[in-house]
Amino acid sequence: MMELLWLIVAIPMASALMLAVLGSRCSRRVVTALGVSSIGVSAVITMLVAADFVSAPPAGHAYTEILWTWISVADFQPHIGFYLDALSLVMILVVTFVGFWIHLYSAEFMMHDEGYSRFFAYMNLFVASMLTLLLADNLLLLYLGWEGVGLCSYLLIGFWYRDPANGLAARKAFIVTRVGDTAMLLGLFLLFTSFGTMQIQDLMHRASEQWAVGSTLAVAAALLLLGGAVGKSAQLPLQVWLPDAMAGPTPTSALIHAATMVTAGVYVVARTHVLFALAPAAQLTVAAVGSATLLLAGCSALTQHDIKRVLAYSTVSQIGYMFLALGVGAWSAAIFHFMTHAFFKALLFLGAGAIIEALHDEHSIFRMGGLRKELPVAFWAFLIGGCSLAGLPFITAGFYSKDLIIWGAWSAEQGHPGFWIVGMIGALLTSLYTFRLIFRVFFGPLQTPVTKRPGYAMTVPLVMLAICAVVGGAVKEPLLEFLQLALPAMVEAGAVGMTETRSEVVATFALLIGLYVAYLFHWQKRSLAEAAVANPAGRVLHAWWFADWGFDWLYDTVLVQPFLWAARINKHDVIDKFFTGIARLTEASYRVLQLTQTGLVRWYAAGIAVGSVLFLALAVFS
Amino acid sequence: MMLVWLIVIPLVAGMLAWLTARWSTQLPRWISLAAAVLDLVLTLVLWMRSGSAVAAGAATVWFAEVDWTWVPRFGIHFHLGVDGLSLLMLGLTCVLGLMSVLCSWTEIREQVGFFHFNLMWMLAGIAGVFLALDLFLFYFAWELMLIPMYFLIAIWGHERRIYAAIKFLLFTQLSGLLMLIAILALYFMHYQTTGVYTFQYGDLLGAQLTPEAERWIMLGFVLAFAVKLPVVPLHTWLSDAHSEAPTAGSVILAGLLLKTGAYGLLRFVLPLFPHAAHEVTPVALVLAVLGIAYGAVMAFAQTDLKRLVAYTSVSHLGFVLLGIFSWNPFGLQGAVMTMICHGLSTGALFILVGALQERTHTRDMDRMGGLWITVPRFSGAALFFALASLGLPGLGDFVGEFLVLLGAYQLSVGITVVAALGILASTLYALRMVQRVFHGENTQRWQLQDLSPREALIIAPMIAALLWLGLYPQPILNTFAPAMHNLLREANLPAVVWQKR
Repeated sequence: MMELLWLIVAIPMASALMLAVLGSRCSRRVVTALGVSSIGVSAVITMLVAADFVSAPPAGHAYTEILWTWISVADFQPHIGFYLDALSLVMILVVTFVGFWIHLYSAEFMMHDEGYSRFFAYMNLFVASMLTLLLADNLLLLYLGWEGVGLCSYLLIGFWYRDPANGLAARKAFIVTRVGDTAMLLGLFLLFTSFGTMQIQDLMHRASEQWAVGSTLAVAAALLLLGGAVGKSAQLPLQVWLPDAMAGPTPTSALIHAATMVTAGVYVVARTHVLFALAPAAQLTVAAVGSATLLLAGCSALTQHDIKRVLAYSTVSQIGYMFLALGVGAWSAAIFHFMTHAFFKALLFLGAGAIIEALHDEHSIFRMGGLRKELPVAFWAFLIGGCSLAGLPFITAGFYSKDLIIWGAWSAEQGHPGFWIVGMIGALLTSLYTFRLIFRVFFGPLQTPVTKRPGYAMTVPLVMLAICAVVGGAVKEPLLEFLQLALPAMVEAGAVGMTETRSEVVATFALLIGLYVAYLFHWQKRSLAEAAVANPAGRVLHAWWFADWGFDWLYDTVLVQPFLWAARINKHDVIDKFFTGIARLTEASYRVLQLTQTGLVRWYAAGIAVGSVLFLALAVFS
Repeated sequence: MMLVWLIVIPLVAGMLAWLTARWSTQLPRWISLAAAVLDLVLTLVLWMRSGSAVAAGAATVWFAEVDWTWVPRFGIHFHLGVDGLSLLMLGLTCVLGLMSVLCSWTEIREQVGFFHFNLMWMLAGIAGVFLALDLFLFYFAWELMLIPMYFLIAIWGHERRIYAAIKFLLFTQLSGLLMLIAILALYFMHYQTTGVYTFQYGDLLGAQLTPEAERWIMLGFVLAFAVKLPVVPLHTWLSDAHSEAPTAGSVILAGLLLKTGAYGLLRFVLPLFPHAAHEVTPVALVLAVLGIAYGAVMAFAQTDLKRLVAYTSVSHLGFVLLGIFSWNPFGLQGAVMTMICHGLSTGALFILVGALQERTHTRDMDRMGGLWITVPRFSGAALFFALASLGLPGLGDFVGEFLVLLGAYQLSVGITVVAALGILASTLYALRMVQRVFHGENTQRWQLQDLSPREALIIAPMIAALLWLGLYPQPILNTFAPAMHNLLREANLPAVVWQKR
């Protein structure tokens, strides 16, 4: 079965092409059949391949399939080829599985949109690009997928192109992530120039042989790759694009800006873990970036009104957890959290989509409320997803993955009690903003009437993802064991005075505190929340957090405005002034010389005489 | 003989087109179309043959040659030769020539015969430039391609056509004259050392020059090619010429005339003056990244759609210059790849802009917006070429630019960083263009016709070609790789830097 690997990528790609070329002439039924089933078939093949991989493991627990040589110049010879190991297998399973449910949901959600076939073409292309990124056996092909998902993100955020605000958000996403991509591109040059190959496994092998731990080149290469990773995964300082990305259709937010694409950075760091292990400074940066992001984004999530923006900041924060895990060397924990996060965050977004549609495109959580009875499916989806996100002990998947990370933040070899504390504060914030959302949206008085209720195509994905968000934690042990075929196990250094159980207890307390505060402020005494924002300090803090700590303002002032200014003042190309200057000079001298053409013979005679004298003088005296 | 036909066919077709115009306005179009197709077929045949020649391990890089004595007294020959590089340039000439004929089908309504005469003679001149192995013949072809372009802009151009045409002529003629002086200087110096009068490329390759002479003569060549390429700050003729020319003129300017500058650098400057060229490498690299960045920022600032695309050419050709002066296989092959892909993607963008202007009678982006609503397929195609232009992996331009950057990285990390930022800047202008023209609300209430079958026939093959070049560029890379290795060998500096690793 494993030879079918290429089909996993090829089927969505082919479907995307067909939809792009012929989609506008097909009926919606055909578009649906093609767009949804392509991902379904891809998911089924992925499962078959996975079964094959587990039951009859290939040599070295990795399978390579090379389709053709892409470019061959001197020793630069990247292939179009796929590499399947435990890491990429887990990733593609989640992407195709979650991707399929989101596509099914979209079939109903987008049914009455005028760009129906365009939407599915983009979505299919996105899945194909994401799978290319995950399966690529060399960094150049990975980069192709990497840019491909960035492109699809741009296309889908700006899907409703008539509103210029959507276009702005789309361009912002593409450009900000491309800033990171540029760093990554330079990393590719550095790695190729050092080792003469683009194959990821060869690169890692040679790097561990030739580079000493902590060598400058290793740190530089790791940091450049990290630059790409923070761009795609919306981590500090390039996190600014993700909240705006919510301008796209909600299934897009679920698929791209929550479940899959934004975790590409996590994948790349995990994929090149050997390199990061050689560069402790870079790995520490990963942990620091993750910690800072999870706190900052958690605070911002507390202040947002837009239901999707709350979830967006929550995504940024949760990916911060994954980065923290990678940074301390808890590689498998990061991937585990990626998986559970994909389930519950897709669930939350799809639930949010159902709510927004039901309330006729209402996004503000302060104009929702009391929807528990009106939209039971969305309520249960949100409750389960929210509990999993907050990490409700024992019964939710999020609990297992998040606590593994928090525990690793202290106990791992590169861990530190400081990271553990950050993780705990993050847990408190997570619980606070999650339950704030739930209490505001589903409890209290009904504020906006419900006009539409989700049908089967939207309900089934919600139910499936809800089940996964609960039982996903059960696979913890086998999954971690399986991932160790590709990733090193976490080296436990132990934590003085702390055990995993105690850590879990503290985390549960953090959750409960958050829950209680949210209950107090957003359900029982809502006036408290208003009072907190009303006092001067609260207002400043609220405004600051609401504006994402002022990053947008900073970039706008420091980068965007100067660039626009430079472009504007030189619109007519100052260099051309030089050449038009020559032309003017020529013209002017012609006019001056023209004055001498008087038609008076005596002037001409005088001119000839003076000229002769001058030349004679020159001849005599030189 | 085939090489001669490649030039003769368009020359004859041009004459016929002019003559037959008195009977019918359709006839010149069909004649030109037939000539372009015929040339394309001939080039493909040559390419097939070259494939077998490479496979057979041919000792020479010249797949085909024609060498007739023209003026024996002065050592002037009619010497044509084709290697991988000129073959691909020839292919590009035929493809874009064909597209130019097709895209002028409804746009040109005045003096149809004379238009096609100019178009065909220009193509003949360009083919001559890519084929000539005799410097006298080269200069002859160089002039042959410029004069018809002058008429094309001056007669069928837009509002400021006379200004643009004269500017174009002054820039290219002055720099061309400098090249003529340099050619003659080389000719006489070669005579002084060997006692033989010759304009033959092969003979002059071994010319013994003093370093001082080599520098000055190279400068003459370089200036002519730098104006064509164009190298910032010699680019200012380009934005005017591109935006005022008729569509076919813009396509050929961007797709082919600019490439003759790069071709000249590759064919003449590097092999004839290796030492001097090596000396100016730092300057060339700095000018290259300056061009990349400056072109991108200028493109971002424009509101005239054609000017925007014109400035993107400045940026992309900066990559070509960067690759050429990287002195390694990555850079050189990347440069040629960029030349080909830029010809296709920018050519296609000019065709689309021209088609848009034909429909809306404006190039002002402030008067556009929301066109996706009325012309979805047209907009999708434009988006595709905008993406190619911003270097999206999987499309041809990326392969070229990636290789160029990889080549430049071997020389200087700093230069590469700035050039990579240029790719980032390409995102800015390409997305801005898509936004201003196709996205947003259709405020001007345009109701336009979507891609016609004729336009689809032009655009679809170009989309396919860019995808092919992006995903499986190897046949193309293989075609010109021997020529590039030969070039490095002739430049007597066998891949210095690249082998250091």
